[in-house]
Amino acid sequence: MSKSARTLYDKIWDAHVVPTTGNGPSLVYIDLHLIHEVTSPQAFEGLRLQNRKVRRPDLTFGTVDHAIPTIGRNLPFNDPIAAKQVETLRENTARNSIEFHDLDSAKQGIIHVIAPESGRILPGMTIVCGDSHTSTHGAFGALAFGIGTSEVEHVLATQTLRLSKSSNYRIKLVGRLPRHVSPKDMALGIINRIGTAGGTGHVIEYAGEAVESLSMEGRMTLCNLSIEAGARAGMIAPDSVTFEYLREKLRISNERDWERMVERWMTLATEPDAVFERESVFDVAGFAPMITWGTSPSMSVSVSDPLPELPDDSAVAASYEKAYRYMGLEPGQKLGDIAVDRVFIGSCTNGRIEDLRAAAEVVKGKCVAGNVSAMVVPGSMPVKRMAEEEGLAEIFIDAGFEWRDAGCSMCLGMNEDILSPGERCASTSNRNFEGRQGRGGRTHLVSPQMAAAAAIAGKFVDIREF
Amino acid sequence: MEKFLSHTGTAVILPLDNIDTDQIMPKQFLKRIERSGFGQFLFYDWRFNEDGTPKPDFPLNQLKNDGATVLVAGANFGCGSSREHAPWGLADYGFKAIIAESFADIFSGNSYKIGLLPIALEKAQIELLISKIEGRRPVLSIDLEAQRISSENGSEAAFDLDPFAKHCIMNGLDEIGLSLENENEISSYEAAMKNGFAV
Repeated sequence: MSKSARTLYDKIWDAHVVPTTGNGPSLVYIDLHLIHEVTSPQAFEGLRLQNRKVRRPDLTFGTVDHAIPTIGRNLPFNDPIAAKQVETLRENTARNSIEFHDLDSAKQGIIHVIAPESGRILPGMTIVCGDSHTSTHGAFGALAFGIGTSEVEHVLATQTLRLSKSSNYRIKLVGRLPRHVSPKDMALGIINRIGTAGGTGHVIEYAGEAVESLSMEGRMTLCNLSIEAGARAGMIAPDSVTFEYLREKLRISNERDWERMVERWMTLATEPDAVFERESVFDVAGFAPMITWGTSPSMSVSVSDPLPELPDDSAVAASYEKAYRYMGLEPGQKLGDIAVDRVFIGSCTNGRIEDLRAAAEVVKGKCVAGNVSAMVVPGSMPVKRMAEEEGLAEIFIDAGFEWRDAGCSMCLGMNEDILSPGERCASTSNRNFEGRQGRGGRTHLVSPQMAAAAAIAGKFVDIREF
Repeated sequence: MEKFLSHTGTAVILPLDNIDTDQIMPKQFLKRIERSGFGQFLFYDWRFNEDGTPKPDFPLNQLKNDGATVLVAGANFGCGSSREHAPWGLADYGFKAIIAESFADIFSGNSYKIGLLPIALEKAQIELLISKIEGRRPVLSIDLEAQRISSENGSEAAFDLDPFAKHCIMNGLDEIGLSLENENEISSYEAAMKNGFAV
């Protein structure tokens, strides 16, 4: 263990390395393993074939989110393969005594929404899931990252992973975020500046006053998108905002117990002299609402800017040309003139209650444009209930939005919520890859406010002037 | 996992940066609960028209690339989703190694685990290795022990390889089995952690 000044990442890493005598990568202990239907069946099958068991079912927690319908859940699945996958997780969790929130559970939802909202994510923890957006949970000052199915199997069997340590990368966000510029815009702005491989090999720590002033849900959005910058994980030191959020979730009645927990969490912060292998500083006062125009999350522009010209670098120019062709757009165009066909509000990036509140505020008293089909898919059933109690659901429904049950839905289109070829979608999700929301579909990543405004206007608009 | 000491084969080239795992293995194929049989779906939307007929322009559909076992691509290969179905598809299709300017972290980790070799090289090195000989793409030979690739055209390149991954791949080791040998250490750690985490 290093005696020199350490970062938040260093401290969590050091605390989780299982001392062993062997060579090779560190054996890192995992405090919480989140599982879902898509990336776990082969892992459980692997255990069965080797006659191995789940080491810590009590540190494992699962739900169904990726491939499930968001409508008509009392009916049998239309898709027998998806039904089998869900049934397989049901059996695997039951057989191994793993807590599981099934389709009919009042706590079901996207794994990265329900894990924090149920108070499972605490500062200083290590958290993994067979899903790249596990980075979300770094918002609590935890080390959280996505893994593949072989690693899911490794964690099920050993509650550890063999890992090589990543480098430390600090992104300082200074200044004050302008009105109508959301945490999503902040993340898209960063990815636009550092690129989709900008964080490769690194764990990003977001710091600075613009991060400190974010709510926990805003921080989750920011950390969620770390993977779109290629980072292994993103994290934020726990502070009074974190503690306040957790205090409400955990309901610890004994004041002394609570103080002791907070005291311990406070020690996690990066020390002043700690060294980061890489550091960037951005003034968010200059950030604007963003829209992606291409097929990579880094291909984005400020809503008021024209689409970029082809760059000089021939390889990059080729990827721009390919993206423009796929998206049916041209350099120099302004997105404000472009009509949208679909609007999707939801996902582990922007499917939380604050996201729905922000969208509802834009929608209130207005109607979805005639050319648009729009839907809201709450990130979890608790979020859905809360939105109904607050009257947000009514606002969306009255405006002509579909109001669905919780799931990943059109973020990745594994269920029936997909775009048709050529359809253009304003989406609050996290990836605008070719075909992500349906073969030939054209995805534009935006904030919940921008998506809501696009639904009303029938085209992209600058939320600052809406 | 099978032992992997060396490999000789021809390369197929996808000259693009940021090939994401959604392209490598589209989501409609992630609902299967098996680990095998994903090769038929590899690059599905790029490889096939909507009616399922092959797109003749796509390199994997071209006769000259038949039997290729090394895939060559641009920077940040395998970015995006953590789906191991992407390396499963590549391996099942017959690829033994991917040569690219760089790889996304999760993708390279997943590939090592199944014995598919991600080899990161400079763009200029890659261009040298694949430059044509007698009007065709050269045969490439990969030597894991020496961590070198040699091309039929005479060029050579050394590559980095995580020592532990190298050990596992070359010996066909089951990583979980190895980690289970640390059972006592893991149990001791758990006992020590009972009173909360140690920062």
